[in-house]
Amino acid sequence: MQIVLFDGVAYGMLLFLISVGLSITMGLMNFINLAHGAFAMVGGYAASTLMSRLGMGFFPALAAAFVAAALVGAVLEVLLYRRLYRAHALDQVLLSIGIVFVSVATFTYFFGPTMQPFTLPAALDGQVSLLGLEVGRYRLFLILCGVLVLAALLLGLGKTRYGAMVRAAVDNQRVASGTGIQVQRLFFLTFSLGCGLAGLGGALSLGMLGLEPSFPFKYLVYFLIVVCVGGAGTITGPFVAALLVGVVDVAGKYYLPQTGAFLIYVVMIVMLLLRPNGIIPRKGLA
Amino acid sequence: MTPIVLPPARLRVAEIAFWLALAASFFLVPDKLTLMSQVLIFGLFAVSLDMALGYAGIITVGHAAFFGAGAYAAGLLAKHGWSEPFSGLLLALVVCVTLGYLLSYLVVRGTDLARLMITIGVCVLLAELANRFSSITGGTDGLQGVNMSPVLGRFEFDLFGKTAFIYAYAVVLATFLAVRLILRSPFGLTLRGIHDSRKRMLAIGSPVESRLRTAYALSAGVAGVAGALLAQTTQFVGIESIGFNRSAEVLIVLVLGGAGRLYGGLVGAILYMLVHDWFSELNPEYWMFWLGVFLIAAVMLGRGGIMGALSRFVKVGRAS
Repeated sequence: MQIVLFDGVAYGMLLFLISVGLSITMGLMNFINLAHGAFAMVGGYAASTLMSRLGMGFFPALAAAFVAAALVGAVLEVLLYRRLYRAHALDQVLLSIGIVFVSVATFTYFFGPTMQPFTLPAALDGQVSLLGLEVGRYRLFLILCGVLVLAALLLGLGKTRYGAMVRAAVDNQRVASGTGIQVQRLFFLTFSLGCGLAGLGGALSLGMLGLEPSFPFKYLVYFLIVVCVGGAGTITGPFVAALLVGVVDVAGKYYLPQTGAFLIYVVMIVMLLLRPNGIIPRKGLA
Repeated sequence: MTPIVLPPARLRVAEIAFWLALAASFFLVPDKLTLMSQVLIFGLFAVSLDMALGYAGIITVGHAAFFGAGAYAAGLLAKHGWSEPFSGLLLALVVCVTLGYLLSYLVVRGTDLARLMITIGVCVLLAELANRFSSITGGTDGLQGVNMSPVLGRFEFDLFGKTAFIYAYAVVLATFLAVRLILRSPFGLTLRGIHDSRKRMLAIGSPVESRLRTAYALSAGVAGVAGALLAQTTQFVGIESIGFNRSAEVLIVLVLGGAGRLYGGLVGAILYMLVHDWFSELNPEYWMFWLGVFLIAAVMLGRGGIMGALSRFVKVGRAS
């Protein structure tokens, strides 16, 4: 029971890491970005290539994954996303599906359609005893990362000047730009940050979800559920939703192997019926 | 350049010519009839998406849920002994309209994001169900053993796809005419109004939500008929007829042809399927790559598709 809960929380942290960037993009820029998983994939492939071909360690590879995904995000923001912030939702959906297609095809071309090999570093392998419970070190590390990122984001958004500007722009873009906030630059930075976090999540997921070119399609629904159930534009919303989805999914697959995979969809529908704007709706929507 | 002005009567002629040209493919390309049936079926599927997306403005990337549901409904009916084709279509229609109407309560309310989420979620959920209950659906091997009895008790489905083509053509034409009628009725005009300005339609007292629900259910029904047609003419239901990729594909077809235009879906399907057929020996990854590039370009250069481009050169109305 406890171990299922623990694994579920670890899985949820992973989902949170990848989805939090999506939540910010959707809330701040009103951009429906279905290609978010592609940035996670960029991070995952960057880390796995650096580790297997250049012999880089796991932890530096994580940092590299963050940088790689943030860079790709920054380039795409300037080239493509920037022009569609005010466009119709259909255009955004089409653009992001196009990006997913291109990324899946490109990664299949360069890396082949099979799953990337991955071995955990020695420091994260094996079990560790925690409060009388034998838990995997790797999963414990995931939870640690998730909590750290959550804390960093909450502090950064709540206490810094940059965070205040982001909150202002989420609440009311026009007034924010009227007070002299450079919304365009803010979008650019925030988008890259979100992509970087997705890349970090993608690299961390190597040992849990596995990495193959169909990654953006396979987990798209999970990311969307997390953001949508949690409430786009917030940090804590996706966090709560990610934990909920993680625990429900792991518990469902563990206790009801036949039908457990459907449980999260049921949760999604019920949650959207109860709280159409998310568990923690952003200001102005409630 | 000045656009060519086409009087409405001439447009009717153009429409008839379009359908006659499609029918003529029966004689012109007798060895490609299977492909032509699939073009027609995909065209109908895209038209159904157009009803929801282009006319009613409901953003959905999960329309394959209904296509697949219709296909499985018709396929399972035939597999379990009731092999009369038209009743299979009817069953698919009823199943999908019901499913669509129930779902519409979730889809119509909420923001674009929630809407998208629900449509994708339900589509993936159904795909997962079809995969999991492989004892009923055949799982990834697909549903086999779909044997159809002759159409109207006389015309046997043959190996060359002749009967299949005529059957598909007749059903697609009839369904299309029904859709055309619906979209040109006051109901269709209401949808157009909601699409253009929801607030004003609310202000003049139009029951926006219930109209959208009806439109979504009807669109689901048409998609189901298209799916059932595919199941019956190929006598097989593959798991890929349901799922996210198929939904994205039909969206591409519609964008290619032009969303919000009656013939957009059909024209898009003709072009998409023919190009796909020409490049069929190509690696599927390349195909996906170029599709992605096309989508990005279509968004960047302005959407409207073929019909949109055409409307810049040809205007309907009276010559002034």
